[in-house]
Amino acid sequence: MMRGPGRRGAPMPPMSMKGQWGLLVRVMKMVMKNYALQFVLVLLCIATTTICTMQSSLFTEDLFNKYIPGIKEHMRLENADLSASVPADAETDGEAAAPIEPLTYTDLAIRLAQLVAVLSVGVACSYIQQRIMLVITQGSMLRLRNDLFTHMQSLPIKYFDTHSHGDVMSVYTNDVDTMRMLIGQSFIQVFNSVVTIVYAFVLMVTMSWQLTILSIVLIFLTMLISGKLIGLAGKHFSAQQQNLGKLNGYVEEMMSGQKVVKVFCHEDKSLEQFRQLNENLRSSAHEANRWANTMGPINNNLGHISYVIVAMVGAAIAIGTDNPITWLGTLVAFLQLNQRFSQPITQVAQQMNSIVMAMAGARRVFALLDEKPETDEGYVELVNAYENEDGQLVETDKRTGLWAWKHPHKADGTVTYRKVEGGVTFNDVDFGYTDEKQVLFNISMYAMPGQKIAFVGGTGAGKTTITNLINRFYDIQDGKIRYDDININKIRKADLRRSLGMVLQDTHLFTGTVLDNIRYGKLDATDEECIAAAKLANADGFIRRLPEGYNTMLTGDGSNLSQGQRQLLAIARAAVADPPCLILDEATSSIDTRTETLVQRGMDALMKGRTTFVIAHRLSTVKNSDCIMVLEQGRIIERGTHDDLIEQKGKYYQLYTGNAIQA
Amino acid sequence: MLKKLASHVKQYKLSAILTPVCAAAEVVMEVLIPLVMAELINQGIKGADMNALMKYGLIMMALSLVSLFFGVACAHLASHASSGFGANLRDAMYTNVQRFSFANIDKFSTAGLVTRMTTDVMNIQNSFQMITRIAVRSPLSLIFSLVAAVKVSGELSLIFLGAIVVLAIALSFIIRAASGLFSQVFKKYDALNASVQENVGAIRVVKAFVREEHEKQKFQKASRGVYDLFVKAEKIIALNGPIMNLVVYTVTILLAWFGAHMVVETELGMRIGLEEGDLTAMFDYVMRILMNLMMLSMIFVSLTMSAAAGKRIVEVLDEEPSLTNPEEPVHDVADGSIDFNNVSFTYHAEGSGDDILEDIDLHIRSGETVGIIGGTGCGKSSLVNLISRLYDVKDGSVCVGGVDVRRYDMEALRNQVAVVLQKNVLFSGTILDNLRWGKEDATLEECREACRQACADEFIERMPDKYDTFIEQGGTNVSGGQKQRLCIARALLKKPRVLILDDSTSAVDTATDAKIRKAFAEAIPGTTKLIIAQRVASVQDADRIIVMEDGRIAAFDTHEKLLETCEIYREIYETQTSGSGDFDETNSDEDVKAYDPNREAESRKPGMPPFPPMGSMKPGKKPGRKEARAK
Repeated sequence: MMRGPGRRGAPMPPMSMKGQWGLLVRVMKMVMKNYALQFVLVLLCIATTTICTMQSSLFTEDLFNKYIPGIKEHMRLENADLSASVPADAETDGEAAAPIEPLTYTDLAIRLAQLVAVLSVGVACSYIQQRIMLVITQGSMLRLRNDLFTHMQSLPIKYFDTHSHGDVMSVYTNDVDTMRMLIGQSFIQVFNSVVTIVYAFVLMVTMSWQLTILSIVLIFLTMLISGKLIGLAGKHFSAQQQNLGKLNGYVEEMMSGQKVVKVFCHEDKSLEQFRQLNENLRSSAHEANRWANTMGPINNNLGHISYVIVAMVGAAIAIGTDNPITWLGTLVAFLQLNQRFSQPITQVAQQMNSIVMAMAGARRVFALLDEKPETDEGYVELVNAYENEDGQLVETDKRTGLWAWKHPHKADGTVTYRKVEGGVTFNDVDFGYTDEKQVLFNISMYAMPGQKIAFVGGTGAGKTTITNLINRFYDIQDGKIRYDDININKIRKADLRRSLGMVLQDTHLFTGTVLDNIRYGKLDATDEECIAAAKLANADGFIRRLPEGYNTMLTGDGSNLSQGQRQLLAIARAAVADPPCLILDEATSSIDTRTETLVQRGMDALMKGRTTFVIAHRLSTVKNSDCIMVLEQGRIIERGTHDDLIEQKGKYYQLYTGNAIQA
Repeated sequence: MLKKLASHVKQYKLSAILTPVCAAAEVVMEVLIPLVMAELINQGIKGADMNALMKYGLIMMALSLVSLFFGVACAHLASHASSGFGANLRDAMYTNVQRFSFANIDKFSTAGLVTRMTTDVMNIQNSFQMITRIAVRSPLSLIFSLVAAVKVSGELSLIFLGAIVVLAIALSFIIRAASGLFSQVFKKYDALNASVQENVGAIRVVKAFVREEHEKQKFQKASRGVYDLFVKAEKIIALNGPIMNLVVYTVTILLAWFGAHMVVETELGMRIGLEEGDLTAMFDYVMRILMNLMMLSMIFVSLTMSAAAGKRIVEVLDEEPSLTNPEEPVHDVADGSIDFNNVSFTYHAEGSGDDILEDIDLHIRSGETVGIIGGTGCGKSSLVNLISRLYDVKDGSVCVGGVDVRRYDMEALRNQVAVVLQKNVLFSGTILDNLRWGKEDATLEECREACRQACADEFIERMPDKYDTFIEQGGTNVSGGQKQRLCIARALLKKPRVLILDDSTSAVDTATDAKIRKAFAEAIPGTTKLIIAQRVASVQDADRIIVMEDGRIAAFDTHEKLLETCEIYREIYETQTSGSGDFDETNSDEDVKAYDPNREAESRKPGMPPFPPMGSMKPGKKPGRKEARAK
């Protein structure tokens, strides 16, 4: 299901630092939009938890510096009371200089009770934080997925034609996932670290500014090295992604052509090339991981070394001051803080890689979200209508089977109704998928309501393109297309498409029952209507022979059906929609000629009374058309009925009889 | 499964073993450094002894450098071993796929194989790296710390023990509860992604039927389902951190309380053993033990997650090719004669399901041109696929050149029996590259000749780079007909004794199709040619024509004889040559000229009898046609 990461159609240009920030801000905005309050709460919880945790380590210092000596002192004093003869303990020489406040176990118990209270708050906060964060992360993902999908539905066909489906899928799988990691883990980790760093920093400064400067210099050096490592690892990680992409592409190509590989005994050759790509991937993966892995031990041990340096410098300063003992006490506490200070910095460094990856993912996610949706400036609507006694069309909510175009006129504010008949005219239409390459030239034609118009011609002649224009999958560059004498640009796209039935060469079915799939054409169709449509398309026979008839589940684009059967279902689907105009693009190409004759009759019944555009390979399918257009390189080169064209002895005659003009 | 996967570590075994060794050395340093640190503080700083400070400072630096060395070594070795392991797995899978027969290939989808070779392997590779780095290190560190703790104070260690038991129980509960839920989550997640894929693929249908809103609702429902389940699963995981904190804090407080008592009592000579430094060490060990326990639980979780990936990889590795070379293979194919002796065939290995081909007895002479025609799904492709042994028969035997195909060396057989597959593929590379699949060392002239015969030279010559034109993946920059002609040329370069075209000219126009067949007849008369086609025109000039129906051979004769004797053939012929849907008896030529639009209208009039369901379509039972003919 999942595509490997890194397989991208067009590589994106590298991003500037500013761009990175912009993205990060946008991600934050996205989260904050819906969860501002929760997010603030989470931050508060994190801060509380961090400070509570620090309390526990500050307490251990207290325990050793204050309580244990205090209790000892208390005991000593008590003992001294009992037997005054006990001499001062020899071991307490060092501490004799500073007076020790005597403390009892009760004092310790009180302190511990306080700690329990503080820590309980910490635990509670950490639980609350986790729970809220969970809702924020998953909720943001839910919204993001829904937004992505909703937006994707609004994109023009052009987007899907110009982006590989694998790339689009990868946004949903890999990229959304990296963003989940970013929001759910990296944000929290970084914030957590920042709080710890700031807290430790403040404490450190209050203890000794000289040592703080020293340790910051040392940490800066460590960060410099980490930065280098991150850079190195990052470089190789992107190389790894690229190599993975290349391998992915190769495997995909070879696996889909595996049967051809077999037939040509090309296995060894294919393996040879694979091994090269595989080796490239291995070596870049090795490089990337090795630098990323190195970061942990380096940071750790540099931390140790900086600890020693701070200890030595601190001791040297202490010896030089008036009150070395107090200084030394501070130094011990400082060293402990120093350790706490460098840990979160290491953590942030480790998060950097996943943040960079998430940014790349976020970029692709936003690229999809920023894609311009299909615009619709149409205002003519399709409505149900009935004819009153005067023969006038009146709009109604009920399904009458009679459809009308509701045409409001801006100029005088009136509304006119026009019966939907399915007449289509093309006036000098020019079109190109891109500005550089024109595909259709000066196409002019008209289809009277109920007529059957066929397009024939070689691959790439522009047959399918014409049908893409009628339903406005693409917009024309020049000329006019009219539907029932209304410029199709004025008709609301949804209504225009609803009035056109399409059966395409590549039949796509949806996961669901056979009945569901037929009903796709008209969501409120009854079972009887669907079955009638299936009968019309001659699909009833094979459906009844399926294990569970109309309730058979279709999965994976109907992979359990043959191509021909799928086409029959697609025809039934169009039949149940009951549109006034039909577009059949190689709708029967995978149905063998014998079955086709049967389907043909169903199709003929379906086409009766409807304007139909037919693209077909088999000339027998198009023969009975009212008009046949022969296309070549985007131009209509011949037109007329079958007889006319045969008589002309032109291209159509050639195609039909298989007699090439003398080459 | 683990064993199977582990066997692919191969040449990276040394690195894989050294990684945990280095990790262990790192652990030793990690345990030593705090001890030195404690001395440094106690003697050097608290004792204000500059010499001791220097001494322990230097020792600590030295230890740090040693630890750094092992740490870096471990990092490099781990990445060496894991990336190598991943590469080996991919290689093994790819190599095995190359041994697959068609039947094996049918089992796996392309996308599935790609995922297995990329995402799944990456997954395993990362887990492997983690295991080599942490799986030894964590328990080792745990044991060291525990032993050290017990040694310092057996009594206080009881607190640890209690904590470990509580934590272990809590963690195992969390893991068990969550992993069940997570596997559900992933299933739902897969389904969600599958629905996106479906939607993207079918976007034209969605838009054509204006079903965007419907699809949105469907998606949002599914996406909500994933959300609910995810939240449910993560709620359990969310307990992890607080529980861990709770345990750590409890242990800290208990240690502080009892530890303080013990230290004071030791001091007062009421007991022996625990000094202040020892208690500090104990605090250190608490953290270490619990952290490692946490690490282990993490490893466990990620292992359960990558187990699925491992299973999918092993599936490919374990797939046994269903066809193997015989022990003493025959390398020479004597001639292009083909014999089917009472062959039956099914795609289902265990003989379940219906036979696709039943009792086929067929004898084709060397050099003959044979057409094959019949409806969709009647077994045409299955029949020819047996000739180059892409599948094995269920019963009976297929012989080429008088020798059973199962006795040939497969490569030798396939070089002599060239198949142009129905679903054919061009690969990214120049036209020349693609052609040379047929013959690796073919000269440009040879390629030209083959292209001339396949009528491909005309369009190749018109291309800007001619034979060096680059073909995109999947041949997207050439038309269907051009692709088919290139595929034919590629097969021709093999100079085979048998050439099979499986509906290979369907996208080629009728005129060119005829030209190609003419070229075949002139250029390679000695080659046996089998042509599957939908069009009668493509086969009618063959020496003989096989008419297939429902996995059987309905007739095998010349065009003229078949027209006389074979109802099905006549029917196909007539529908194709006389326009669709009309029931007149006129033959094709007359029909073309005597086209009357009124007749068309007549045949479509509403009073037409209802159409029979497809199943009842039997030759000769067609209403209308028979009546018409009877007139």
